Amino acid sequence: MTALLELSEVNVAIGTTALLDRISLRVDKGQILGLVGESGSGKSLTATAAMGLLPLIGGRVTAGTVRFDGQDLAAMTDRQRRALRGRRIGFVSQNPMTALDPVQRIGEQVDVVSRLHLGLSRQAARTRTLDLLTQLRIPEAAAVAESWPHQLSGGMKQRIVIAMALAGDPDLIIADEPTTALDVTVQAQIIQILGALVRDRGLALLLITHDMGVVAQVCDRVTVLYAGRVAEEGPVGPIFAAPAHPYTAALIGCIPQEGMEKGALKGIPGTVPSALAFPSGCRFGPRCARADAACQQVPQLRSRGQGLVACHHAEDGA
Amino acid sequence: MLSYLIRRILMLIPVFLAVSVVIFSILHFIPGDPIDNLLKPGSPPDARAQMEARYGLDKPLPVQYGIWLSKVVQGDLGTAIVARRPVTDLIATALPHSLWLGGLALLFSSVVGIVLGVVAALNKDGWPDKMIMGGVLVGSTMPSFWLGLLLILAFSVWLGWFPVSGARGWNSLVLPVLTIGLGGTALVARITRVSMIEAAGRDFVALLHAKGLSPLRIQLRHVLRQALIPVITILALRIGWILGGAVTVEVVFARPGLGTLLIKSLGQHDYPVVQACLLMLAMAVMLGTLLGDILQAAMDPRVRAALE
Amino acid sequence: MTMPAPIRALRRPTGAIAAGWLLAVIFAALFAPLLTPYAYDVQNLPQAYQPASSAHWLGTDEFGRDLLTRLIYGARTSLSVSATAIAISVACGMTLGAAAAWFGGWLDRVVTMVVDMTWSFPEILIALILVAIIGPGTTGTMIAISVAYLAQFTRLTRAQIMTLKGETFVEAARSLGATNGHILFRHLLPNALAPVLVSAMLATGDAIILEATLGFFGLGAQPPTPSWGGMMSAGSALVFKAPWIIIFPGLAVAITVIAINLYGDALIAALDVRAKVRRTA
Repeated sequence: MTALLELSEVNVAIGTTALLDRISLRVDKGQILGLVGESGSGKSLTATAAMGLLPLIGGRVTAGTVRFDGQDLAAMTDRQRRALRGRRIGFVSQNPMTALDPVQRIGEQVDVVSRLHLGLSRQAARTRTLDLLTQLRIPEAAAVAESWPHQLSGGMKQRIVIAMALAGDPDLIIADEPTTALDVTVQAQIIQILGALVRDRGLALLLITHDMGVVAQVCDRVTVLYAGRVAEEGPVGPIFAAPAHPYTAALIGCIPQEGMEKGALKGIPGTVPSALAFPSGCRFGPRCARADAACQQVPQLRSRGQGLVACHHAEDGA
Repeated sequence: MLSYLIRRILMLIPVFLAVSVVIFSILHFIPGDPIDNLLKPGSPPDARAQMEARYGLDKPLPVQYGIWLSKVVQGDLGTAIVARRPVTDLIATALPHSLWLGGLALLFSSVVGIVLGVVAALNKDGWPDKMIMGGVLVGSTMPSFWLGLLLILAFSVWLGWFPVSGARGWNSLVLPVLTIGLGGTALVARITRVSMIEAAGRDFVALLHAKGLSPLRIQLRHVLRQALIPVITILALRIGWILGGAVTVEVVFARPGLGTLLIKSLGQHDYPVVQACLLMLAMAVMLGTLLGDILQAAMDPRVRAALE
Repeated sequence: MTMPAPIRALRRPTGAIAAGWLLAVIFAALFAPLLTPYAYDVQNLPQAYQPASSAHWLGTDEFGRDLLTRLIYGARTSLSVSATAIAISVACGMTLGAAAAWFGGWLDRVVTMVVDMTWSFPEILIALILVAIIGPGTTGTMIAISVAYLAQFTRLTRAQIMTLKGETFVEAARSLGATNGHILFRHLLPNALAPVLVSAMLATGDAIILEATLGFFGLGAQPPTPSWGGMMSAGSALVFKAPWIIIFPGLAVAITVIAINLYGDALIAALDVRAKVRRTA
């Protein structure tokens, strides 16, 4: 089966700085792939590349291919790429407070997607918009459609952003840290909505997050990114049960658990290296407890169980 | 919205009063007896007594101010010394000329300035941008009266296309409007460019791209709308600047307007006229700021919400 | 150790050329008598209205006086009046602004109100009001210009001090027992100085234009003292006969103000770069 979205050995650079190194991932219909990493790992950049929007930030793909539904993005014209966005790929951004045009009413902002991509008339588009808002459990949809962004709460705004992403009837949704800027209670609701979309409509979802807890809740597979490289990849169950890469293990260890002792919440010592000063060899080396001389060599991705891992000292699990 | 409007107008009153105090005091700060300053040299002695009685110049200053203010509010701006006519007449003749000049210059600056600013922003760092910004630098540093004189030299003297001075017909408006307009254009273009670039970098623009809208549409329908808000607000505040330019340009082109009247009267020590002109100009500036605030509220729903 | 910002601003070609012109003008203003064989006020009517020639590089004016000479002496008037006016304005503005920000209360409210009222008024209007009171001449224009820009520097200084007041180093100094005056003069004012000085430099450019405008209206330096604005005033009636009388003074004003702006831009860029470098180091 052709993957809906497939990145093969993709390298991305902005200006002269190489930022992503041999990123490979695939998302299939009906599947939720979690893309995980700390800030600065390259998650958002991967999403930007997947949508063909790298030129907007002065970036470009320097190696590898990005394919949507089997078609190479690089081989398309600007127009063709633009036709994908909104129509076949829906995007949910990170910060709902700044995501909407402040001087345009809510309804119009959602209407435009179905008018542009589905050719609906003004009334038909508005009906569709109200429909979507109701499905996303936004109360008083008609009143909300007439209001301005600053009149809504963060959680409501994020639902509007999701509505905008769905309005064009897409096959793939890319959600870039959709819950990071929201209250904890609202976070759970939004994740639930996204999960339901995949189940009920058979969509594919690329969920970008730094929170392994969210991954555990809702994702089928997970790709762990560190400093522009894939560290580990595979189905969620086995990886959580027995993470091979030390970084994955550390991320899992950061999730607060019920009944934890005081002081048991761990962080990961050190910080993600800047793209201007990536360490040679394994980029996680400087922060890794298992690092030794062998880690001066760049670890290659090799298969392990149902997934892949790039580490010289991967724990051999089931 | 209406209550905001009323509040804003009420807030102008103290400003008006303060400015009127300053303008009123001009007469009393200049060296010499105020009465002598109000009379034409060689007037008969009873004219002096008349003047005293009229303006209550024997009474304490605050009372004089009160008398003057009450007269002003009723439309009595005094009598011109040199022309011996009510000042109100002189102002009434001069004002329309200034309004035409200022209004057209404002229109020209806004339209041309915004277009140039948008073009510069869309072509950021390209040669259209550099050329426009170069023009802006020259336009904003050139003294307006010098530009006016150059235009006269080029288009009136050498080419003979437009009249050198005076106010007969549309022909005579072209060069003066152009003179003020080019300086105003420089200002508007610069602000528009900065505003567009700043607005284009905001988060919601990324989402617009993700929705699949064409880049041109994004720039012109969404970014520009946002960018124009500060531009129009600043423009309204800068109406004072346009007025200042109008004053100089009127003198250069010998057009009969408020500016020429003011400068001529300054030279002739015709203080009632000077005071009246300054008062008019000050009021125009205040109305400009009011307009700026109203426009900003009209264009930005967030501002409207904050006001309620 | 890095060079001070004004020197680093010279690294950009526009900054260097601009600075070159400004130094030339200042030099001309200072050493005017040494640079020209002519006097600026001696009339020579048979030689009136002469275009450029080897004897008179820029021609003569309506009284037969050498234009280049009057231009050089005019630089003296225009620069000294503008620079002094701005200097006074900065000194008073900084005092008012710092006092308002530091003491707060009614003083701050009054100052803010006055500043808000005046800053939307065009400087030319304010200057005209003052000249109406004081009368024409160099003193009048100098005072008029310094008052016209007072609001700008007061507002700027006040904003700077307000921001700096809240910084931690103030608390630290206070906890070490520093008095109010010490904090104000030793710590706050020096830090507020840089942006005010840059603003002052750019304002000097505007002031030169303002001085020329007032001179054009006949309200500036009175004849025979030459000023760029006054020269253009006389020349405006003669634009048919001898256009060079208005062209060259105007050119002098325009180029000088452009030079100030270009050097100012280079200076701002140099100051920013230094701050950026400090942050990443």
